Amino acid sequence: MTLEANGITVRLGRSRVLRDVAFSAAPGAVTAIVGPNGSGKTTLLRALTGEVPHEGTVRLNGRDTAEAAPWQLARQRAVLPQATTLAFPFNVIEVVSLGLQEAGAWQVARQALVRVGLSGYEARYYQELSGGEQQRVQLARALAQVWQPVGEAESRWLFLDEPVASLDIGHQLQVMRIARSFAEAGGGIVAVMHDLNLTAMFADRVVLLEGGRVLGEGAPEAVLTDALLSRAYNWPVRVGVAPAAVLFVLPQAAGDGRAD
Amino acid sequence: MSALAFEAAGPIHTRAAGDRSRLARAVTVALAVLLAGAILCSLAIGAAGTSLWSVLAALARGESVPLADSVVLWQIRAPRTLMGIGVGAALAVSGALMQGLFRNPLADPGIVGVGAGAGLGAIAAIVMGAALPAMIRETLGYYLVPVAAFLGGWVSTLVLYRVATRRGRTSVAMMLLAGIALGALAGALSGILVYIADDAQLRDLTFWGLGSLAGATWSKVLTGLPIMLPALVAAPFLARGLNGLTLGEAAAFHLGIHVQRVKNVAILAVAAATGAAVALSGGIGFVGIVVPHLLRLMSGPDHRYLLVNSALLGAALLLVADIVSRTVIAPAELPIGIVTAVLGGPVFLWILFRQRGVLDL
Repeated sequence: MTLEANGITVRLGRSRVLRDVAFSAAPGAVTAIVGPNGSGKTTLLRALTGEVPHEGTVRLNGRDTAEAAPWQLARQRAVLPQATTLAFPFNVIEVVSLGLQEAGAWQVARQALVRVGLSGYEARYYQELSGGEQQRVQLARALAQVWQPVGEAESRWLFLDEPVASLDIGHQLQVMRIARSFAEAGGGIVAVMHDLNLTAMFADRVVLLEGGRVLGEGAPEAVLTDALLSRAYNWPVRVGVAPAAVLFVLPQAAGDGRAD
Repeated sequence: MSALAFEAAGPIHTRAAGDRSRLARAVTVALAVLLAGAILCSLAIGAAGTSLWSVLAALARGESVPLADSVVLWQIRAPRTLMGIGVGAALAVSGALMQGLFRNPLADPGIVGVGAGAGLGAIAAIVMGAALPAMIRETLGYYLVPVAAFLGGWVSTLVLYRVATRRGRTSVAMMLLAGIALGALAGALSGILVYIADDAQLRDLTFWGLGSLAGATWSKVLTGLPIMLPALVAAPFLARGLNGLTLGEAAAFHLGIHVQRVKNVAILAVAAATGAAVALSGGIGFVGIVVPHLLRLMSGPDHRYLLVNSALLGAALLLVADIVSRTVIAPAELPIGIVTAVLGGPVFLWILFRQRGVLDL
């Protein structure tokens, strides 16, 4: 009942974007993939979801995903890409309904829209929304696909590629809370994260990539360290140090996103 | 809205909010009525004075129908009407399929070179058909031209998709540029074939290339329909796949869609519908781009309704255009391509103008 990948190597042209990466994630937890630009985060997510050809194996809930039919995979996991443009004038509820795996489950689509805070947007055109709103509509679409975090006696999975990249701090916390509660209900979350603060705040496990290899993995406290981050980002980064007399806004200061 | 507000989940809005499926079904009913009306007009109106109503009245009274009227109705207007229905539905559906496949409202077999490829196939069959091995010629018989048009359209669609799509995303600019190149190439090769054609073949080509429903005979109609019908029947089964493809190939795969299968079937259906339409009518422009676009404006882009409604509106529109083309300067005929271009050209420009901001060009 886990996600397990071994020997993942991805080649783009002659260069190897990922080199023999081993990755695992457990349901009931938020697993974050972090690393500098070009370290292979998104490529790893695409390999895990079967989107790019790769060497090595990916086993989801114990089954080799390479041998599963698309519809079987779709019942086990949903994927949120970084950004999605649409060429046709779909309205919001139509986009969310694309995620539905069963005909007639229209309530699920509407509840997913409530969940991402866009209730009342049903009849708006997707193309007329802001980038952040579009991203939340896509999240609702992914949620509608795997609405029950545990189904058919197996955990369902959400793969998120930088889910908060185009969101303001309030909506960042909202989206991370949605991911958190999906995991707490027994589902699995694998998220590529750019923001280390939000990662520290919401992840149970962190996988740090650098140059297509795993540099460190484990609990946030074990991976988000001065030594590992400085090496990965090639910059002297310091963790947990509040500089004196400098203005900063930390998501942590907003609490953990729960209402008081 | 506060970031925390989702915890207090608001009431679920009624199913009606944003739901356009009922509207789309109402449009289906309205279009079916429109098509029925167009069929009656197409049978009733023509250069000859034959009146559909007097024929029907005669039949109702159990009297015999005058031979001249029977010939006009049964041998001239009926096959022409059936051909109009088939060609109009095929053009509109192949446009809608292609736009879904390329995730682009500008994709149309006539614009991106697929029609030209099908035309090249048809011309090659007319000019070089005699050089084919006897076995192939005898097996295909009258189907040679439509089958060749289908093959020409199929090869063009495959090449176009291959050039315009990279890593599962289709580039609009690449698609249009590749379409221009394909159209030019097919046009040039067609030109060479016309140049080497003999007089009899030239006459065939001229008749074929007029872009017209004139000269519709039962035998001609019946060679096109068997190629057209499978495409029209298959189209609605592609609806869910094409809906998913609007999010991109990767997202469609994650939604559980067998992307490669949907693409293969859609490309075959586009080629079959375009090939048969081109073989029957010589290629009539703008139906494939205007019809799906109008329907998306009316009732949304959901392919579950769009494909069926496109077939109905395409058929009705072509019948109306044909009625115009054979009555406006009767007893002569205006080529129907002129009528659809006069109607469709401005609509196409209007689409481009309105969607400048939305289209990701």
